[in-house]
Amino acid sequence: MDKFTNVSGVAAPMPLVNIDTDMIIPKQFLKTIKRSGLGVNLFDEMRYNADGSEIADFVLNQPAYRNAEIIVAGENFGCGSSREHAPWALKDFGVSVVISESFADIFYNNCFKNGILPIMLPKEAVETLMDDATKGENARISVDLENQTVSATDGTEFAFEVDAFKKHCLLNGLDDIGLTYQKIDAIDAFEKAQAEKTPWL
Amino acid sequence: MSAPKTLYDKIWDAHVADEAEDGTCLLYIDRHLVHEVTSPQAFEGLRMAGRTVRAPEKTIAVPDHNVPTTLDRADPATMTEDSRIQVEALDKNAKEFGVHYYPVSDVRQGIVHIVGPEQGWTLPGMTVVCGDSHTATHGAFGALAHGIGTSEVEHVLATQTLIQKKSKNMKVEITGSLRPGVTAKDITMNVIGKTGTAGGTGFVIEYCGQAIEELSMEGRMTVCNMAIEGGARAGLIAPDQKTFDYCNGRPNAPKGAEWDAALENWKTLFTDEGAHFDEVITIKGEDIAPSVTWGTSPEDVLPIDALVPSPSDFTGGKVAAVERALAYMGLEAGQKLTDVKIDTVFIGSCTNGRIEDLRAAAGVLKGQKIKDGMRAMVVPGSGLVRAQAEEEGLAQIFKDAGFEWRMAGCSMCLAMNPDQLKPEERCAATSNRNFEGRQGRGGRTHLVSPVMAAAAAVTGKLTDIRSFEGAA
Ligand code: SF4
Repeated sequence: MDKFTNVSGVAAPMPLVNIDTDMIIPKQFLKTIKRSGLGVNLFDEMRYNADGSEIADFVLNQPAYRNAEIIVAGENFGCGSSREHAPWALKDFGVSVVISESFADIFYNNCFKNGILPIMLPKEAVETLMDDATKGENARISVDLENQTVSATDGTEFAFEVDAFKKHCLLNGLDDIGLTYQKIDAIDAFEKAQAEKTPWL
Repeated sequence: MSAPKTLYDKIWDAHVADEAEDGTCLLYIDRHLVHEVTSPQAFEGLRMAGRTVRAPEKTIAVPDHNVPTTLDRADPATMTEDSRIQVEALDKNAKEFGVHYYPVSDVRQGIVHIVGPEQGWTLPGMTVVCGDSHTATHGAFGALAHGIGTSEVEHVLATQTLIQKKSKNMKVEITGSLRPGVTAKDITMNVIGKTGTAGGTGFVIEYCGQAIEELSMEGRMTVCNMAIEGGARAGLIAPDQKTFDYCNGRPNAPKGAEWDAALENWKTLFTDEGAHFDEVITIKGEDIAPSVTWGTSPEDVLPIDALVPSPSDFTGGKVAAVERALAYMGLEAGQKLTDVKIDTVFIGSCTNGRIEDLRAAAGVLKGQKIKDGMRAMVVPGSGLVRAQAEEEGLAQIFKDAGFEWRMAGCSMCLAMNPDQLKPEERCAATSNRNFEGRQGRGGRTHLVSPVMAAAAAVTGKLTDIRSFEGAA
């Protein structure tokens, strides 16, 4: 996994609540056996007409947001299906930060495995950043993971919480499996004890 | 005496293989279920890193999401090329890594969450994961079961553990008994209607109370299935005699002395008196009406005799979401739900594709015909459910009524195979998600119970099962 680097860029505003993973990447694009190439189909049904032409007023089709690296979204972002294709599509498009009041659990976890930082902030902070985001290229939102802050264009800073272990892995681009292999003795021991105690498992 | 524990606490504690200082745990996984859509990249990752599957004997694979459900599906030409590539990739990966496998040609093939319990892979007190959010289904057995992403699938394949932090405990109690016409599906939809789709975020829910105890195992699976729609990591129901009877004799359940030992252990799987819940929700069973969704989020639930709401009934971000949902669904605020005309009926999915669901729907359809022009299909949850329904004469009832009688799979629950809605086509579905485009681009989904779906097929409208008298 690539290391997460600080981002300072244009943020796309998506105030809709409950944006689900079916919206982020509809199922017809789950038929790939690869992780890459899903960016063109990010938000496919909101972004394109049935004939493939772009829906002009969808945020990511507007000139200011075509290269957005941040999304500021309504609450409960990423609910629904567990498909990791959702963070893959975001990442492939170029988004590495999503800011919202709240995220669905599985999506939230999936982000960290793919170099995306989901940031949870209180309502007022999200509203300020959402306002900022609507200004398009006239606004820049900056995210500093090391110091756990998000800054609006006018310099207002918001601190955010992130799990220390997840932060460590993101900053260093660490592979979970490699880390877990370091604890293989504990797994072996657990397995042995379990086989004695509850052999039907 | 140690402090009183919840059922979740007990299963969690019994599966922590390692705990770091900050509370991050390696949770040991007893069963790993795998399907064709979320696993190819995980197996590919193992292969590229030269890793193996740590416990193939605890790993069960079955293709379900994209398989055709037509009778001629043995012919590979019935599959689109990309679907075929995924199914073939699973065939190959299952063989290469030596995991248990039920291919499309096997009568035991079906939706992964129906096959697991049916084959006795799911047992009380286990940890169960799958790269699919509806893994919550298995919680009906008192197993800690949740959906994971593809990177986690790879992690479990390689290490048989998951990196986890403990969730909070929520109790959802359904008191008293259900009224006639009200089903497990209505319970679970009403809980989501009450908590919202984010209400369960960060929690594992334990469902309890008389109405839950009175449900069959099938009904309990329906309730836990949709825990994820309320945002919860998992849903749980304490095992009881019904659970043990269901498991007894299943192909992969323990036998003989091992069964006796297991049973002893399973009888300790309940929440201790005085255990702490971070949140408690109580709903009276007799207050639950047969329900239906009107919008594009599973929290958009109302009793069938209600009116379509107006955006002004809501606040905050939900106002815009409701405006968008009503436009998408082609509904007017104030319209009676029972006036909404239906084009298609879908009975199936891991929510309501079990034998009891088919019995309930067939009970409504006996001697009835579906409305002229209606498209109606039954997709049994597994090949074995299908065979049993044929043996019990249910298949004939569906066919006589005008339903298509399909092969097992996910089908129109997510429309990855050719079973899809056309734009603006309106469907009463027994599945679990009414998201925009879920059943086909532009398709409109109303989630209902199997009996309500059957009644809608006959009348051609959303129908209150309590006043349904049939067309005869
Ligand atoms: S039936 Fe639907 S919800 Fe269940 S596993 Fe299949 S696609 Fe997912």
